[in-house]
Amino acid sequence: MAIRSFFLFILFFSSSLSPVFSLYEDQVGLMDWHQQYIGKVKQAVFSSQRAGRKRVVVSTEENVIASLDLRHGEIFWRHLLGADDVIDGIDIGLGKYVITLSSGGSILRSWNLPDGQMVWESSLQGPKHSKSFLLVPTNLKFDKDNVLVVFSNGRLHAISCIDGEVLWKKDFEAESFEVQQVIQPPGSDLIYVVGFAASYQFEMYQINAKNGELLKHESASFSSGFSGEVSLVSTETVVALDSTGSILLTISFQDGKISSQQTPISNLVEESLGPAVIIPSSVSGIFAIKTDAVTVFIRVIGEGKLEVVEKTTHEIAVSDALSISEDQEAFALIQHASSEIHLTVKLAHDWDGNLLKESVKMDRQRGLVHKVFINNYIRTDRSYGFRVLIVMEDHSLLLLQQGEIVWSREDGLASIIDVTTSELPVERNGVSVAKVEHNLFEWLKGHMLKLKGTLMLASPEDMAAIQSMRLKSSEKSKMTRDHNGFRKLLIVLTRAGKLFALHTGDGRIVWSHLLRSLHKSEACQSPIGLNLYQWQVPHHHAMDENPSVLVVSRCGPSSDAPGVLSFVDTYTGKELSSLSLDHAVVQVIPLPYTDSTEQRLHLLINADKHAHLYPKTSEALSIFKREFLNIYWYSVEDQNGIIKGHALKCKCTGEVADEFCFDTRDLWSVVFPSESEKIVATVTRKLNEVVHTQAKVVADQDVMYKYISRNLLFVATVAPKGSGEIGSVTPEESWLVAYLIDTVTGRILHRVTHHGLQGPVHAVFSENWVVYHYFNLRAHRYEMSVIEIYDQSRADNKDVWKLVLGKHNLTSPISLFSRPEVITKSQSYFFTHSLKAIAVTSTAKGITSKQLLLGTIGDQVLALDKRFLDPRRTVNPTQAEKEEGIIPLTDSLPIIPQSYVTHALRVEGLRGIITVPAKLESTTLVFAHGVDLFFTQLAPSRTYDSLTEDFSYALLLITIVALVAAIFVTWRLSERKELQEKWSFYSAFASQSTFSSLFLCDN
Amino acid sequence: MEKGKGVLGAGRRWAVDFSDNSTAPSSRDIPDPPGFTRASVDQDDSAVSRQKKDAEANWKAQKAWEVAQAPFKNLLMMGFMMWMAGSTVHLFSIGITFSALWQPISALQGVGKVFEPYKDNKVELLGPKLLFIALNLGGLALGVWKLNTLGLLPTHASDWVSSLSPAQEVEYSGGGIPL
Repeated sequence: MAIRSFFLFILFFSSSLSPVFSLYEDQVGLMDWHQQYIGKVKQAVFSSQRAGRKRVVVSTEENVIASLDLRHGEIFWRHLLGADDVIDGIDIGLGKYVITLSSGGSILRSWNLPDGQMVWESSLQGPKHSKSFLLVPTNLKFDKDNVLVVFSNGRLHAISCIDGEVLWKKDFEAESFEVQQVIQPPGSDLIYVVGFAASYQFEMYQINAKNGELLKHESASFSSGFSGEVSLVSTETVVALDSTGSILLTISFQDGKISSQQTPISNLVEESLGPAVIIPSSVSGIFAIKTDAVTVFIRVIGEGKLEVVEKTTHEIAVSDALSISEDQEAFALIQHASSEIHLTVKLAHDWDGNLLKESVKMDRQRGLVHKVFINNYIRTDRSYGFRVLIVMEDHSLLLLQQGEIVWSREDGLASIIDVTTSELPVERNGVSVAKVEHNLFEWLKGHMLKLKGTLMLASPEDMAAIQSMRLKSSEKSKMTRDHNGFRKLLIVLTRAGKLFALHTGDGRIVWSHLLRSLHKSEACQSPIGLNLYQWQVPHHHAMDENPSVLVVSRCGPSSDAPGVLSFVDTYTGKELSSLSLDHAVVQVIPLPYTDSTEQRLHLLINADKHAHLYPKTSEALSIFKREFLNIYWYSVEDQNGIIKGHALKCKCTGEVADEFCFDTRDLWSVVFPSESEKIVATVTRKLNEVVHTQAKVVADQDVMYKYISRNLLFVATVAPKGSGEIGSVTPEESWLVAYLIDTVTGRILHRVTHHGLQGPVHAVFSENWVVYHYFNLRAHRYEMSVIEIYDQSRADNKDVWKLVLGKHNLTSPISLFSRPEVITKSQSYFFTHSLKAIAVTSTAKGITSKQLLLGTIGDQVLALDKRFLDPRRTVNPTQAEKEEGIIPLTDSLPIIPQSYVTHALRVEGLRGIITVPAKLESTTLVFAHGVDLFFTQLAPSRTYDSLTEDFSYALLLITIVALVAAIFVTWRLSERKELQEKWSFYSAFASQSTFSSLFLCDN
Repeated sequence: MEKGKGVLGAGRRWAVDFSDNSTAPSSRDIPDPPGFTRASVDQDDSAVSRQKKDAEANWKAQKAWEVAQAPFKNLLMMGFMMWMAGSTVHLFSIGITFSALWQPISALQGVGKVFEPYKDNKVELLGPKLLFIALNLGGLALGVWKLNTLGLLPTHASDWVSSLSPAQEVEYSGGGIPL
């Protein structure tokens, strides 16, 4: 028995394949890449510190505050505030604190400028919601302490810069008062708060900055009312537009007295322009108004007189004023000319003279300049030099200095809307796109280093060199397809309407394209990109046809705005064509049919529930007609709590004859009672998911048949009361109901009610199971549940002979209208983290076991084996179940630190996780995006179908050579020995016979 | 088996037969040594050879039975090895099972060869052969039984459906929450 157990012990070691997913330190960066972004810059403040590295502090639309290196554009530090903690203003106080005002002016924070650590935070409450302003006066002191002036929530605060204590506060409780500007004239102890009341009254409050005492309150009414913003032209004059947008009001409140002047725009500009808006700027003496076509710069010359200084039809952007000396203010102006931008820096009081005039070549794909921030420096000859930071239409950030782009950041990638993938071109003979520029010497050196590494002779420097060689391997960043399918293009649509193609090997941008169809135009005022679909994926003509993607966008935020389609070639990034639709796009349904050019058929549903078929070709129509009766669609009206199923009926009626348009009819509807249920999550299987088998072999060789259907919808509803924040309801009045609904027939296959649970619900659907995550109010913990669904009607297919001879109907097509008999199994487990996203790995053939990818609240991606979420887990599994791989049941899911896919990195602001199968069955590609991007390869069951990276090919080769040599040598030796043996025998024989003959002779 | 071969016949490279009064020319030319009478040897030649042949036949029959019983020892050995390997699928158990299957098969293929040295008109080989075959079949059965206990025989429904692709659905439905 001891011998047996010893054998088993050895066998256990030789065959133990318990998967370990962690990486070694030197493997970081081999398969994965990580990119850090900040998002579209809203506001930038240059640090005026003399010593140390030059930096700029920015706040962005992704709620990031970051300190950037002004030399290279790298991030020194960065903080991502919460999604509902929108930044209203930033500034630098005392030269060493970054002050941020956020959450609608209710949170004021101070950060240490060099390292980004928070110094203090104060919460500012007020009587009502209002605009918020943050002022950091330079010379307003209060007991040697600099004072911050914050107007937020209808209350003016003076706050100590050092510890964030509120020194005094003053309420503006007048019901209709809307604050427009808060002004602190430098050198005085006064604060002006100006605003409108009841939309036709101008109000001015003068306040003592020392103690918050109200000194004066004046108001004046304007019968024509106001529209838009006001522009501050001097410390005591503002300019506003009347409600029609055609008369300029110059309001001055010098010495607390309001005086005003009205100037119709038509007096200044001859031609009629239509309604105008004021471009907010803080340059004294000058303001700009903009109409549809023209931008006009107007100067204020004392006593409210106005004078046009420039009129331009070019797109223009103006910076805020920068005071360069006691009485001089400079500002930057950027104008577009075809492929260049012209940067001019002017003094505020001298329009005609230019301090600086430069032209910079600009990539058209960056679009227009949206924002300009100016900063000055002193050159060696003591004259002023200027650098400007510009924010482009595609959300990129560029620094211009001396007529050149010093650095640029592609911050549009921080706001990704949708992701799809595309294959790379097939490698052709003679066409090598890879940059393999090795000369022989370097090649030799590299191999010498590697040899040293294998023989453990390498010094630490050599090791570093080997590591960097591994990371920069040209193999992974080639521009052609590979056998394993690791190299692909990630096609990414950003909120700015720009399409990027990222290489999966190293994450570089292969091409980027600002979609023309997403450009503002006459027909389309505010286009929004919606989704990306794979339009054409050539397999048969992979050599001479390029794949393309479909970008669906919409002109405006409302759901009945007309849609725009654009088709983009994924190899070149060229927009092949774009279609402005005459109907809205509410849903896009990619159909599982392709035409002869391998374009996928898509069904677009408009707001009137008409279905439009694309591409509009007769071939597509004939394919569609063939499958006409089998195509259904469903809509989830989450506001009303209704899910409706529809079928296609006939050609559209009432409209212009369009044979690609179809009427639909309602088939079924599932109505959730609005007083007790509210839809919070719906999820279906991914369209391109491949399932290897329908059978699941359980312990004791038994078979269970999975219920695999593409048309299953998982719906989670919660009690309307419990749809708020966690903890806002008691467990008794909160519940969660999970449904599995067949979307063709509307049949509810499974329904389960969990009491005492609350959302948010994150769910993922794959094969025949759903995993969902929610909060358990009774246990005060997060939980995850799994539902597996099995087909009971197939369960009696157990006759081996029938199966051997293929006499079964398990693989014949089935109709969903036949009555299914399903059973479900489910189980719940506690889970420590709250989630931001959830996904599941997908592989080429669906054979490899699955892992759940959980985007945790800490912005990391955690891989969790699906085996942990198996409803067949029991506390004491039998021997057979153990052999099958069933893990004993525990009440909570384990978090193994090594199974963090993102290892030590964080994907700040994680929003989505996308998995793409590689060609190699064991491997799946994972792309996680948020403000940061992260990409890696995963092998959920380890790479069983390929040799690992650290496999020693040299050792294999040496072994083979040595074996061949040994075979040869031993063969020669044996030959010789045999020959010798033969010789010795014959010589013995010969000597015997000679002996006998001698003997005879003697005789 | 090896013993039998070693004594007689096939494996031998060369032999000098001293008992044989050869007719080779080298010995024909040479006169017999003085005092040697060939006649005395020739005299009881037939009796001796008959006796010898009988002994040989007996010996052959005995050896054939021995050879036929040899697989029995193998069988016991195999049984022991299988018990050692346990019933989980891994390298050793698979190796042992396959050798347990292979040995009887190869032995059965070479039944004729194994008994060839004992072929004689007087020796009845059918009995030993049948025993040999029976024992080897027993070994084979043991191997198959082992294969079954390892779960490597496709005798269950699960073995035939594990790569059955999912059934296609006739209907197709898409949609979801409006964009």
